[in-house]
Amino acid sequence: MIPLSWFLILGAALFCIGVYGVLSRRNAIGILMGVELILNAVNVNLIAFWRYRTPDQLTGLVFAVFVMAIAAAEAAVGLALIIAIYRTRDTVIVEDVDLLKM
Amino acid sequence: MSVPQILFLVVGAVTLGAAVAVVTSRNVLHSAFLLALTFFGVAVLYVLLDTPYLAAAQVLVYIGAISVLIVFAIMLSRKVAAPDLVQRNSQWLLSLIVAVLLFGVLAYLTLQAAWPAAKQALGVDAIGGLGEAFVGTYALPFEVVSVVLLVALVGAIIIARER
Repeated sequence: MIPLSWFLILGAALFCIGVYGVLSRRNAIGILMGVELILNAVNVNLIAFWRYRTPDQLTGLVFAVFVMAIAAAEAAVGLALIIAIYRTRDTVIVEDVDLLKM
Repeated sequence: MSVPQILFLVVGAVTLGAAVAVVTSRNVLHSAFLLALTFFGVAVLYVLLDTPYLAAAQVLVYIGAISVLIVFAIMLSRKVAAPDLVQRNSQWLLSLIVAVLLFGVLAYLTLQAAWPAAKQALGVDAIGGLGEAFVGTYALPFEVVSVVLLVALVGAIIIARER
């Protein structure tokens, strides 16, 4: 039997790797990948808590499916924005997209 | 050590290794393919947590849709896939410290708490129950999410359309 803490540690590690990716990437697509890692880590935690703590209620499972749907929407809109920026500014490096900077 | 534990350790190591490579690889295209591997590892974790439906959804949605979408976006903005380009910004060391500290705090808190050691028996039919929950208790959030998804897809088409 796998202890619950193993899943939680793995979820925390995945989350922190995603945070590092979001903070350190220059490429907008790389940042989006970090966000996907974070959302996956959240899902692992949700499912692990559901399975070990409240397997008789389906709340954790339902929320994980919702997170998945929102992640899909976020990826679609995010990548559309990146492609639109690439078309007008010819770059996806976030430091070069400084239109609002004085 | 039992077979599921060994499986978890192997899959967890592969998942975390792939995730680290995703955020450190200098080639964005390699990152995208390693991201698919990470998603697959998480899908195996779902199987270990007795949710084969969610594992299938993970493979379909994340590997089948999101990874392919990311690869398409990289292909459409090809210049950034050049392997000689620096992919991390000037604050990467600070980011690394923040991420490691955050993991330290989370791991410490996790190990402090007394979690139940064993799974309880799965009292409900997870797949059937999920289907009933979506048209019963969670009917309204389910509909809202479907509208959000529709609006996001229409919005994505409008944003990315050539004018």
